[in-house]
Amino acid sequence: MTDQLLDNLNALVTGLFLLTAFGIVAMRQTRGVFNLFIIQSILLALSALILGLRHGSEDLYGVALVNIIIKPLILPWLLRITVPEEVYTRREVSQALNIPTSLLIALALAILAYFISQPLLNAVAPEFQGPNVPIGIAGLLLGAFAITVRREAIPLLVGILAMENGAFLSGIAISRGLPLLVELAIATDGLVVVFIMGVLTRAAKRHIGTTAVGELARLKEMAPAAGEGEE
Amino acid sequence: MSVVFILFLPLIASALILLPLRQAWAGMITLASSLAVLFLAARVALLVSAGNIVTSVLGIGLLKWISVDGLSSLILLLIAFIGATAALYSVGYMAHGSFTPRKIRIYYINFNMFVFSMLAIPILAEPTLVWISVALTTLTSALIVSFDDTREALEAAWKYVVLSLMGAGVALFGFLLLYSALQASGSDATFSWSGLIQAAPRMPPALLQVAFLLILIGLGTKAGLVPMHTWLPDAHSQAPSPVCALLSGIETSAILYVIMRLFPIMSASPDAHAGTLAIILGLVSAGTAAFLLLQASDYKRMFAFSTVEHMGIILTAIGLGAAGANYAALQQVISHSVTKSFCFFAAGIVLMNLGTRKITSVRGLISKSPFTGAALVFGGLAITGAPPLAVFLSEFSILKAGLAQADYLAMGLLSFFILVAFFGIMMKINQMVFGKSGNETGGALPPVSGTGSGQQQSDSCDAGRFHLPVTCRLAMILAALPVLVLGLYIPQPLQNLLTQATAALTR
Repeated sequence: MTDQLLDNLNALVTGLFLLTAFGIVAMRQTRGVFNLFIIQSILLALSALILGLRHGSEDLYGVALVNIIIKPLILPWLLRITVPEEVYTRREVSQALNIPTSLLIALALAILAYFISQPLLNAVAPEFQGPNVPIGIAGLLLGAFAITVRREAIPLLVGILAMENGAFLSGIAISRGLPLLVELAIATDGLVVVFIMGVLTRAAKRHIGTTAVGELARLKEMAPAAGEGEE
Repeated sequence: MSVVFILFLPLIASALILLPLRQAWAGMITLASSLAVLFLAARVALLVSAGNIVTSVLGIGLLKWISVDGLSSLILLLIAFIGATAALYSVGYMAHGSFTPRKIRIYYINFNMFVFSMLAIPILAEPTLVWISVALTTLTSALIVSFDDTREALEAAWKYVVLSLMGAGVALFGFLLLYSALQASGSDATFSWSGLIQAAPRMPPALLQVAFLLILIGLGTKAGLVPMHTWLPDAHSQAPSPVCALLSGIETSAILYVIMRLFPIMSASPDAHAGTLAIILGLVSAGTAAFLLLQASDYKRMFAFSTVEHMGIILTAIGLGAAGANYAALQQVISHSVTKSFCFFAAGIVLMNLGTRKITSVRGLISKSPFTGAALVFGGLAITGAPPLAVFLSEFSILKAGLAQADYLAMGLLSFFILVAFFGIMMKINQMVFGKSGNETGGALPPVSGTGSGQQQSDSCDAGRFHLPVTCRLAMILAALPVLVLGLYIPQPLQNLLTQATAALTR
């Protein structure tokens, strides 16, 4: 395969990655958001594979392998055993912003990501340039944005994991040769995130009857009599 | 070397707790492992204070990234000390509450895992592994923040996890950029704190600066710097008190330690103004927290805000950059850790007995329990920097170092904020300890939601019924010792360690 073809393929894959990042901000169905995240992780793995072929660096195959095993396979299973089924099938009704506004802001963030990445790209060697850095930063920012507008537990969790995916998509393009053990440890960290947030989701369901954890807002300063005696 | 055992001990303790033995077993094994960790950490500190760098003899796998210099050893020693006192305190604290054996086991397993993840931060010298440890501290402590199983505790845990992990995501990108900056420098230095300092002069400034900013913002969230602090007063007030001592006393400082590690690297790129940025962020944190503290109606929240204030003070001192200021900043890290853990121990006794977190519901503590009342006053005075206690000496050193550098505006603001915090905290503690209980509010209140699981008893306010477990008392006395001693003089070994740590921080 020629380098040109691989570059084009990578552009396609990262473009789709950006699309999934937008979807995570906008999609209402909880299961849909999670599935989008799985697709995003597969795209991340593909991009690592393509870059590995393109530059002949074996460690990127490791990144691809770790991502393809942990995220689409182990992670959904772990989530299924920690979180009750009905949490998945929820449709999110209360979002802090409506969808068109969220998408507009998301678009602005994606453009901002291109501006931010420019000085970084100027500083690295030409072979590291490509769509990965700006789209990775966009993924990071959109993940953070999803966390701020989402109220439901699972979309919040997906937002956090999507931020990590974004950081990695940039990372694989500009930092080569990170020890595989470190990659593995970071991915395992994602599993712990899922487990802990799954347990907290269950606790939320028990306490407030819903998993819209954004509704939890009682701890404040000078809240007269808040949390005092009521209920 | 023994440094590897420091990491393994809490893990072994966690596993041993799973054995179905007597109820007291979990607490005892945790205490034993904490004391062993403290002993080993002290040994490492002694070695390091003589100028050595302690590494693992087995250079395989993750172990080859173990490297302890003066700065890490100092943080390691503090984690071990607070971990040991908190474990001691936990024994009495957990026995007093009516917890099921399963719940107690969950508590101690999380406690040990939390201590493990914190110990890994200074011991490991590879930045991405440190990032993993930082993320793990959030995850291992999330379930003990929500341990009380109230709606409030759950809210605190959610905010804590979501915001901290969001910060971690930002910081991860920063660390990956740092790695690519190392590669771009063309140097063959390893990806470790010392390797980064070596390679820093040849790194592209753009990469280095963006990496610094991202890590400062990302980890600053976890260290509780304003404006990313919003989760901190919630999490640090809702967790069980011994865990609050760990969270507020040392976890925030351990995260700040990672940020500190960047400053010698950043000195290679002076036009980034890393120091100025730190001073601004530090002053904003200290100032905001000092004024928010005045509004706190919950005494544990009050101490949590004081943590934000102290993180601001330390960051300001680090930003000053000179060796004297760094020395003072590290001194402040020590004095804040020991003092803040003591404050939360004292606050925990109050909560355990009165079952309320509201400052206005606690009155006349000195007549109900002279020990607790005196402890709270001592803690308040110590944390606000009253002479001749530890925080006073370290804050004084910071101001002195700042004035020596002619940073008059920053030091003026800093001393103003310290004063505001002093009056804020002492006023509230004064009311709690010496205030007249007007209409016996404490006893007349209905059982309060969100106050420790079922520890409150309606008659617990009566004088003479104050429950003070002996291990809690012991833990408080142990924590009070360094607060007293370090205000008067710093022992020679600790001085050596501080000198070594300052050397690692100054370039």
